[in-house]
Amino acid sequence: MRALETILVAKGLVDPAALDAIIDTYETKIGPRNGARVVAKAWADPAYASRLKADATAAIAELGFTGRQGEHMVAVFNDAGTHHLAVCTLCSCYPWAVLGLPPVWYKSAPYRSRAVLDPRGVLAEFGLVLDPAVQVRVWDSTAEMRYLVIPERPAGTDGWSEDALAGLVTRDAMIGTGVALMPGSRNAGAVLP
Amino acid sequence: MNGAQDLGGQMGFGPVAPEIGEPLFHAAWEKRALALTLAAGAMGHWTIDESRHARESLHPVDYLSSSYYEIWTKALEVLLLRHGFVAREELASGQVSVAPTTPRRVLRADMVPAVLAKGGPTHRDKAGAPRFAVGDRVKTILIHPAGHTRLPRYARGKSGVIEMRHGAHVFPDSNSHGGGEQPDWLYTVRFEARELWGREADPNSAVSIDAWESYLLEEPA
Repeated sequence: MRALETILVAKGLVDPAALDAIIDTYETKIGPRNGARVVAKAWADPAYASRLKADATAAIAELGFTGRQGEHMVAVFNDAGTHHLAVCTLCSCYPWAVLGLPPVWYKSAPYRSRAVLDPRGVLAEFGLVLDPAVQVRVWDSTAEMRYLVIPERPAGTDGWSEDALAGLVTRDAMIGTGVALMPGSRNAGAVLP
Repeated sequence: MNGAQDLGGQMGFGPVAPEIGEPLFHAAWEKRALALTLAAGAMGHWTIDESRHARESLHPVDYLSSSYYEIWTKALEVLLLRHGFVAREELASGQVSVAPTTPRRVLRADMVPAVLAKGGPTHRDKAGAPRFAVGDRVKTILIHPAGHTRLPRYARGKSGVIEMRHGAHVFPDSNSHGGGEQPDWLYTVRFEARELWGREADPNSAVSIDAWESYLLEEPA
């Protein structure tokens, strides 16, 4: 990797400062906290939730989250009878603009092969056992549409601020391999997932 | 192509193994692989579709035994070679020996925020109207193309329902091979799990894919 970088820099094809700027963007500016703000706002503001349902790209851009691997967004909302799960069986498509870079498991063969064939089994491996009456909806990102799962708002959070609500939203809940944290969870507000 | 990348429905890879406290990068070189892939792509000589095809064209054994950043790096070398930016002997020696193609653009640090914030939208204007409406029953075509496609094997020749319409988008099957963008109407199509996987499948689950109109046939009611 260093050899390749050295060659490309020596040829004037890439600017090392631009490489640093790209890395800094995904290390410090773009990550699942962006998506958590979208979810928290959707929970707190029904008008925003409606806009997010109708045109997720525009609603997410309202919060300043746009661009690479988030150009065309769809938000899918969990409810008591429906659980959504996002995958990319063909490569590693993932909504970078709201979730940052994908975790290794998301890009790996076990998840990509089985999320479509046995989603309940995959969810169980994340510790999420769904009632058989809950419908599982899997979204395979085969084009440039990127899917953001809006988890259900946990009970006992009436009147919470958007900041406090965002602390309950994990990365995995926005992929669909988890659900939002319960109030009082020792992980609430901690490092995602 | 029916490459190793088309993983939906394959078996034998074992359980998903989420990593507790997973770091964003697992080694310093992964950061450089990410950044080099994006910066080289920003030269503007290949599309994301050509990149994906370069990755899926790795030998299946190589693909399945590589980490995702390794897959990116191996494909990046293919793209740089193909488009005349590096020579094979340079990759072997690490020494510059050949003048490169003149890039259309070099991504400078001050351009990075705007370039990432813009991304690469694939929506395009297209005259006419999409053939299918939400709720229409459709059947996917049965194809096994040697080139790039975004119709996964598990969803070929299957009956589903149009769930959303997304306007016209760049068509990867042509764009990946220098055939131009040829925008085509894009839909989300929903398939019941039993249609995809048979009678033993979960009766209460469904899988949706995004499919271009050229992948879809009208299904008689």
